[in-house]
Amino acid sequence: MSKKEIIEQAEHAKTKKAALGEDVDIEKYTTGTKNYDALNSLDEFPEEYKQSLLDAGIEPSGKERAGSFLQRDRSVVFSKVKYKGLELMSTTDAMAKYDWLEDYLWKAIPVDMDKYTANVELDQSHGYFIRSEAGSKVTMPVQACLFITSDKVRQNVHNIIIAEENSELHIITGCSVYHAVNSALHLGISEFYVKKGAKITFTMIHNWGGGIEVRPRSAMVIEDDGVFISNYILMTPVKSLQMYPTAYCVGRNARATFQSIVYASGDTKIDLGSRAVLQGEGSRSEIISRVIATDNAKVVARGDVIGEAENVKGHIECRGLMLSDNAEVDSIPELKATLKELDLSHEAAVGKIAEEEIQYLMARGLSEEEATSVIIRGFLNVDITGLPDALAKETKKMFDMSLEKVM
Amino acid sequence: MLEIKDLTVEVEGKEIIRDLNLNIERGAVHVLFGPNGCGKTTLLMAILGFPNYKVKKGSITFRGVDITDLPTNERVKLGMGMSFQHPPEIRGVKLGDMVNIARGRKEEKIDEDVIELGKRLNISVDFLNRDVNLGFSGGEVKRSEILQMLAQSPEFIMLDEPDSGVDVENIELIGDIINELMDRNKMPSKRERAGLIITHLGFILRYINADRAHVMLDGRIACTGMLDEVTKHVMEEGFERCVELCGGKGV
Repeated sequence: MSKKEIIEQAEHAKTKKAALGEDVDIEKYTTGTKNYDALNSLDEFPEEYKQSLLDAGIEPSGKERAGSFLQRDRSVVFSKVKYKGLELMSTTDAMAKYDWLEDYLWKAIPVDMDKYTANVELDQSHGYFIRSEAGSKVTMPVQACLFITSDKVRQNVHNIIIAEENSELHIITGCSVYHAVNSALHLGISEFYVKKGAKITFTMIHNWGGGIEVRPRSAMVIEDDGVFISNYILMTPVKSLQMYPTAYCVGRNARATFQSIVYASGDTKIDLGSRAVLQGEGSRSEIISRVIATDNAKVVARGDVIGEAENVKGHIECRGLMLSDNAEVDSIPELKATLKELDLSHEAAVGKIAEEEIQYLMARGLSEEEATSVIIRGFLNVDITGLPDALAKETKKMFDMSLEKVM
Repeated sequence: MLEIKDLTVEVEGKEIIRDLNLNIERGAVHVLFGPNGCGKTTLLMAILGFPNYKVKKGSITFRGVDITDLPTNERVKLGMGMSFQHPPEIRGVKLGDMVNIARGRKEEKIDEDVIELGKRLNISVDFLNRDVNLGFSGGEVKRSEILQMLAQSPEFIMLDEPDSGVDVENIELIGDIINELMDRNKMPSKRERAGLIITHLGFILRYINADRAHVMLDGRIACTGMLDEVTKHVMEEGFERCVELCGGKGV
């Protein structure tokens, strides 16, 4: 599809409402924000913002990271990679550099999916391009941060992530907002390409605020023996968030794992799903979610596995924990099979903290509050598999930190 | 160490224990026999202060403190511990975490100390890393409970059916550790700790030496005596007959 055709399609979809989630009035948010100059190092980033970076799992020193990318509002202010075999730059720069990149744009996600995809195409403000070269295996993660510091801003990013054949790529992504921002809109397109025998792990922390509307659109195309692992953590309130990342396991034995940990508080409204389309023979997927809803939070937790090839296997596990009578959790697992040689399953459960668990812990000496906190922590504690050791520890640390803040 | 006076306990509005008296001295281990449903577990839960077990009348004094209205964790702080018969599963909380909690430690690591304690009960590192009670076999539950008691090291320990479901290989091991936890290896005058053991079958008593035994019937202690005597009657004649032989007066 030519650029002209893409734009035409986007124009047609400009007002097309999304299938799920509240309709967001995009025009309330401005694209006319200030441009920020590039930094020589992450350290130059204003001190007042550093905590917001940390809260989203971003290490301002860049230590223990293979590279760092930082976008402030609509400007890319830092982008640097330390290791050979990895590429990291703004999508805009990557488009200028590589003609072939147009073969990856809007290939996993249709540009006319809804008004949000269309708006990103028509009014894009960068986003990141990350690529690991064939055979490259850097176990240290690349970090990418999309940061909002201005009121009423509309951040429209388009991210492209490519792991070439037999390469390994680990990414920590943090989306954060400065605490003084009252309202903003984040539209993020992320297209992932996992080539033959490659592996991507993608750990994303959302650290939004009560006035932020968020509509990410993500999809992954996974080839033969490719592995994609997503860990998603959301602990802070958000005005409204809807996303339904979809992994297309097109290759033989392709694998996709989604793990989502959500602590929904305040007036948060979330519609969060993960979908796997198993098209390659023997491909597998696992979708795990843990949702805690407190205060007036409303959460829809979706999972969807579509089996379209022989010997595929998919499992969904959704668990919800209710901490308030004013909160709401809808758990919606879906399975679709189109042939007989396959195995799809789901389990879903929503409940409250069991009194007998609290008493058991109290019988070991904890107060009621301590016991409750141990149970919540345990509930959200999903063992993350598939990450390199250091990254697994780091992720655990990020998880603990985000949990510290809410409890 | 533990003094229970005229205790009446209700569970969900139903009276389970009536006017019960029991006195356990420092250094003593008592055994509680009784048929299913006679109120043995209810008594332990009431001593531990679980909120569903409502004390309607009477008092419980522990180490000189009236604990009748104290929350469970305060009683535990005073030195009380309990090994449960059917403990709940807690997802995401590992047995190793429970050991740390029982030891009163905040840290989350399953470190060498925890691993060493585990070894004493044939508990591997993999076992320590399993979610507590989730998919545990009957015998694994008992070992896990005794491990937590070992970690907590309470001065007064209550054991609810510590032998049910335990394989032959491990029962002796569990018996040894219980003896240690209750100071049974020390000279009688040196014993500081006390205990109360519920057992339906009396199997564990081959490995633990206790002092006194009680037979509980219908929410009351119906018979009390030296362990050997009471055990003999219970095993040979059954509970009701044992009470008759005791005189059936209650205590």
